[in-house]
Amino acid sequence: MIPQIGWKLLATVLLIYTVIAGFLAPIPELPILYESIRNLYFHVTMWMAMMVMLIISFIASIRYLLKPTETNDLVAVESANAALVLGSLGIVTGMVWATYTWGEPWSGDPKQNGAAVGLLIYFAYIVLRGSFKDQQQRARISAVYNIFAFAVFIPLIYILPKMQDSLHPGDGGNPAFSSYDLDSRMRLVFYPAVIAWSLLAWWTAHLRIRFRKLTTLA
Amino acid sequence: MKKYIFALVMALTSGFAFAQEAQNPDALATVMRSNGKIYVVVAVALTVMLGLIAYLFSLDKKITKLEKDLKK
Repeated sequence: MIPQIGWKLLATVLLIYTVIAGFLAPIPELPILYESIRNLYFHVTMWMAMMVMLIISFIASIRYLLKPTETNDLVAVESANAALVLGSLGIVTGMVWATYTWGEPWSGDPKQNGAAVGLLIYFAYIVLRGSFKDQQQRARISAVYNIFAFAVFIPLIYILPKMQDSLHPGDGGNPAFSSYDLDSRMRLVFYPAVIAWSLLAWWTAHLRIRFRKLTTLA
Repeated sequence: MKKYIFALVMALTSGFAFAQEAQNPDALATVMRSNGKIYVVVAVALTVMLGLIAYLFSLDKKITKLEKDLKK
């Protein structure tokens, strides 16, 4: 019982910590951003947790091609589903943040555009899955698509924005995350928050996997 | 599982008990109104988070029960 529930309790504790420390922990004084730098714990972490889910999905797809089991396929699709929820939340929260720091919700920033295109690629994955009647055909072809989608997503969200002028930190000529004075004080909240949101995402994905296994059994 | 949740809730709420003991009866009101009332936001966000987590736990429990029933 304890090992099964252990990581869920860890997620609970870390999420509670994130909410409390996210609002109350000390932050560096930054121009333009002011208190909104606290979004680091709520906006940036959405993308971090999304990446964790996409990596899980990517690995599950590779594993499906090596060993075609129902579990591998379900892990791939449900991790991608959770990633899409997190990514959509990331886009929306980013637009709110951008309105008050960059002056407009959508400034055509390379990372914004890259993230939007990247999400569309993964929405297409879900659409692709829906277009097959045969379960094995669906699993195999969408696994191949998923691997390519991941290979395109990484340049879109990490590499291309770094090669152009971007408003996002770390891209173009902008100072990176580490020069935010992202002193240990902020790291102390940021890293646990990333773990917290990732665990929460995996928790929901895991529930959906179990639910879908039940529906095939019943 | 109930045991663990109960223990967790007790552990988390025990802080409030100490805070009230140490200060005068108006302490909570003063604390909650300090710093531009940010603590009120924390309380609300925390309530939402706890509610969502409790909901997830109950969902988890339901699925676990179904899994057990179907295994029989």
